[in-house]
Amino acid sequence: MISVEHISKRFRKIKALDDVSAQFDRGQVVSLVGPNGSGKTTLIKSVLGMVKPDSGKIFVDDQLINGDPSYRARIGYMPQIGRYPDNMKVGQLFSMMKDIRNSEEDRLDNDLIVKFNLVSIFDKPMRTLSGGTRQKVSAALAFYFQPDILILDEPTAGLDPLSSEILKEKIISEQKRNKLILITSHVLSELDELTTHVMYLQEGKLQFLKNVGTLREETGELKLGKAIARIMKGELTKDWVNELFKVKNKGQ
Amino acid sequence: MKLSRYVLYDILRNKIVIAYTIFLFIISMTLFRMEENSAKAMMSLLNIILLVVPLISMIFATIHYYNSYEFVELMLAQPMSRRRILLSEYTGVALSLVTAFLIGVGVPVIVFSPDTTGLAMLFTGCVLTLVFTSLAFWASLKAKDKARGIGLALLLWFYFSLIYDGLILLILFTFSDYPLEKFTLVLSALNPIDLGRIFIMLKMDVSALMGYTGALYQDFFGSFTGMLFTTGVMLLWTAIPLYSALRTFKRKDM
Repeated sequence: MISVEHISKRFRKIKALDDVSAQFDRGQVVSLVGPNGSGKTTLIKSVLGMVKPDSGKIFVDDQLINGDPSYRARIGYMPQIGRYPDNMKVGQLFSMMKDIRNSEEDRLDNDLIVKFNLVSIFDKPMRTLSGGTRQKVSAALAFYFQPDILILDEPTAGLDPLSSEILKEKIISEQKRNKLILITSHVLSELDELTTHVMYLQEGKLQFLKNVGTLREETGELKLGKAIARIMKGELTKDWVNELFKVKNKGQ
Repeated sequence: MKLSRYVLYDILRNKIVIAYTIFLFIISMTLFRMEENSAKAMMSLLNIILLVVPLISMIFATIHYYNSYEFVELMLAQPMSRRRILLSEYTGVALSLVTAFLIGVGVPVIVFSPDTTGLAMLFTGCVLTLVFTSLAFWASLKAKDKARGIGLALLLWFYFSLIYDGLILLILFTFSDYPLEKFTLVLSALNPIDLGRIFIMLKMDVSALMGYTGALYQDFFGSFTGMLFTTGVMLLWTAIPLYSALRTFKRKDM
């Protein structure tokens, strides 16, 4: 569905992305993980066309991203921080999006609007909403148009446990409907039950993109967080093992 | 332009825009009621408008741009071209400021001085709003961050409303031995505020006091060509910064 081919991006001195290639397909829930500043958001923004890579190509459903915005009709995006025009009402925001996307009423997915009970705040201006409520609005908007691809940037940050659980269920049900879901998050434990693939970025380089099953087998850890932590410490562990052996050899 | 409708709707409820409308309305009403002679009131109003309208347009549009950064980002994730997003934002901001001006100044002018001078004043006020909103978008897109953006906007305003006149005076004094009438005509086109001022002043009786240069200007600006010239130059002042801003926006990483 999305294929990223050798993209690089440099912001002045920092290499945000360094020759990253990846392939994402239908039915996958990909967790993009990595330390702060590892290029997760830059990768997502490149796919959305907000950041223009210095080199490399990105295809969405075989359509090369080169300035034609039509491919974005197939993507639902939930930003990390949702800020909306202060005086716009919640209901207006939804009708504006409908206008922009030229979407028909029967093609809309009201599931999250109902579950988050957003209709009750439809006539409230955006500026009066709390951070968490705005996150709910952002989430409902991302799923509203039944897109084939969902890109969620830190979706559960700022959501209360109950809403977070609703969102997770929604993600699982969308995955079952054979959609592609890309999630960035640094709270790994929250994604444990959803994730099918893990993509790990560090300093703009792709470290690995693996199936969760394989990852668990390789590391012997059941918890995803621990498995990744083990790989992240990989270099360190090797050194430590070597040192251990050195000592043993000396002893012999 | 579906988006601009919503942007317009949002800004019209903005407290600053409402305050701006009320401020303009109170100033205009007070001036017209204080002065017996409506021409005198127009003169005072002209000076206030030429100072306040560009300043508010610049500052408001710049701050609005930075405040709607995340919203623009969200729009970029929709199937909409960058060109459409920026033009919608511009239309929304410019139209709301024009509306504020037309209510604040338009209503009193139509009531107290419904003549050609009044219409010229309303036309100039609207056009200056368009020009300076466009310049503000240019400044916000060229500057790296909010502080620099507002700084650049203020600097541009200072340049057009104060520094430029000083420079012209300097030139006129230095080359006072030469005939400069046509040259100053060109110079006036390089500053939309000056152009607006001349355009309105020549519709007033005071132009008789401006001597030979005044007569020459009267000849030019009074004619249909002068009218076309003013409109054309003002359009250029709107289009060029906006076009440049659009080019930057198209290449910008958000």
